[in-house]
Amino acid sequence: MSDPGAIFASPSEVNWFAAGRRLAAGEAALVSIWGDEGRMRMALREPDGALSFVDYHCDDGAFPSVAAVHPPAGRLERSACDLFGFEARDGPDRRRWLDHGRWPVRHPLGTPSAHEGLPDLYAFLKAEGPGLHQIPVGPVHAGIIEPGHFRFHASGETVVRLEERLGYVHKGVDRLMRGAYLERAASLAARVSGDSTVAYSIAFARSVEMALGIETPPRAHFLRGLMAELERLANHFGDIGAICNDAAFALMHAHCGILRERTLRAANAAFGHRLMMDAVVPGGVAVDVRPDGIDAIQNLIAAVRSAFPKLVHLYDNTASLQDRTVGTGVVKPNMARQFGAGGVVGRASGRDFDARRDHPYPPYDALAFQVPLRREGDVNARVWVRIDEVFESLDLVEAMLSRLPEGSIQIQFEIGGPREGHALVEAFRGDVFTHVRLAEDGSIGRCHLRDASWFQWPLLEAAIEGNIVADFPLGNKSFNCSYSGCDL
Amino acid sequence: MRDTLLQSLRPPLTEPAPAADDPELAALAASVKNAAEATLGRSLAIRHVDAGSCNGCELEIHALNNAFYDLERFGLRFVASPRHADVLLVTGPVTLNMREALERTYEATPAPKWVVATGVCAADGGVFAGSYAIAGGVSSVLPVDLVIPGCPPTPASLLKGLLALMTGRPR
Repeated sequence: MSDPGAIFASPSEVNWFAAGRRLAAGEAALVSIWGDEGRMRMALREPDGALSFVDYHCDDGAFPSVAAVHPPAGRLERSACDLFGFEARDGPDRRRWLDHGRWPVRHPLGTPSAHEGLPDLYAFLKAEGPGLHQIPVGPVHAGIIEPGHFRFHASGETVVRLEERLGYVHKGVDRLMRGAYLERAASLAARVSGDSTVAYSIAFARSVEMALGIETPPRAHFLRGLMAELERLANHFGDIGAICNDAAFALMHAHCGILRERTLRAANAAFGHRLMMDAVVPGGVAVDVRPDGIDAIQNLIAAVRSAFPKLVHLYDNTASLQDRTVGTGVVKPNMARQFGAGGVVGRASGRDFDARRDHPYPPYDALAFQVPLRREGDVNARVWVRIDEVFESLDLVEAMLSRLPEGSIQIQFEIGGPREGHALVEAFRGDVFTHVRLAEDGSIGRCHLRDASWFQWPLLEAAIEGNIVADFPLGNKSFNCSYSGCDL
Repeated sequence: MRDTLLQSLRPPLTEPAPAADDPELAALAASVKNAAEATLGRSLAIRHVDAGSCNGCELEIHALNNAFYDLERFGLRFVASPRHADVLLVTGPVTLNMREALERTYEATPAPKWVVATGVCAADGGVFAGSYAIAGGVSSVLPVDLVIPGCPPTPASLLKGLLALMTGRPR
């Protein structure tokens, strides 16, 4: 970020530079940075937990790069430049991120210009030295996973540099959102990252409810909480099993797969959809819990309480498994703090943040729970945070069932605008931030959805450095970042 | 300890195979022109390609391998390379950023080969239809042999689709 020329700086510039300086100094955490019509916007988390917002009007089509002083802003800034056509002045990385040169347009949300011809070339960062070789992986991977490209520079078995290239599943969600009315916008938000569909739906709904000043009925809050914890349980079972499977310990995978399937079946019995897609809508929830659904959830809790401790014991007492997970893929606490890494990745590296507790929203503001924390930052710590969170979620589900309020599940409301609202919601992999700007007719003017993975993917590059290539799948799985959630 | 854990997998949790007169199975089978069984017998190697999915479909495809659905008992298995595959199981609306990768995966798959468009996005773009960034359904890029609908398709639907692809019309 260059010298703003303090005397002539507009208020917008002064605030923007001040925000950049505070991020660089660690006085505030970056929540997100995104483009809107003619301006860049930034959300920060202040030391007291409050969110603050800064706009920068790009009158000459450019804005001072925040990434120049605070690297975590990098990919978000590059994405905003791709979509809106802004220039990040003094930006450290001018390469396009989401735009691979394969769309028929450049800057689809700014002033679109037609694009034809060959796709862009991408200059990967270099690592040079005797005996170094490159290993290109993806976008199509060997497993049943999302597409992305990993470029390894390796010295023998040891990873010298990993660079990620993402954007392959960019579907143009931001552009589809613009002009959409709430029902369609909610169904798009529910499909940003399918594994976090409930969390995204809650975040989108809460943004709209804040914008329009809607009071959601208490029963709806509790049903949302139930769905969110079922989603967390299902994903944590899947991840714990899959991490062990990547260390060739298939027995854990088989058992965790059973618990995951039982969770999805209970969700289906309770809410009519295994992933509970489209069940949360602005104003409340679309479906009430079915009468036999409560039994299904209670039976699930009992089954997990019986089976899961044995699996934890097995994990904790299998030396060959620990040999793979302990000390592998370490994220240092200072990196987790600098990047504001949320979720399991942050909490396994000492970053004590959970949006449910630290940015409280119903029903969690009325419930007591612990936020598990580890400091080692390795694969093992990320497994343990998930294990501990499973037990917390079981308690939360029971508490919510026992205190489920009666009453309506949805409130009717008038749409209108222009208004703005935002939300920070804890998905299973970390905090989802949403910011919604409603146009005058109540349609979406701009909807920005920021997955926790934005601040986790870069840490994976750092975590794998100095590890062997064969440990990458294990480290990657222990992060389980979303591709679709970042590519949008 | 491990013996205990193996014991807890018994009695088997495995769901029975779909009945031959299952209406969903029959409907899917009726849409299959060339059943794989005639050429390859009762064994199919499947390569999954995510061409822009939200990852919801992947979760349910994963579930096919769990103890309840146990895909491999039917001779169906997932393989790590298109060069080992008979079937491409494609999800997502086919983003333009993935289009070439999908085409190259198809070219790397030896004939005879089948393409299954999995989920509503793969069928016609789903909620993403009309975007500047997508091709709009797998059939806009590759010849499709079967569409398994759903958002996402349940593991039971996926299983029926793959069985239908293998055996074709009920005899």
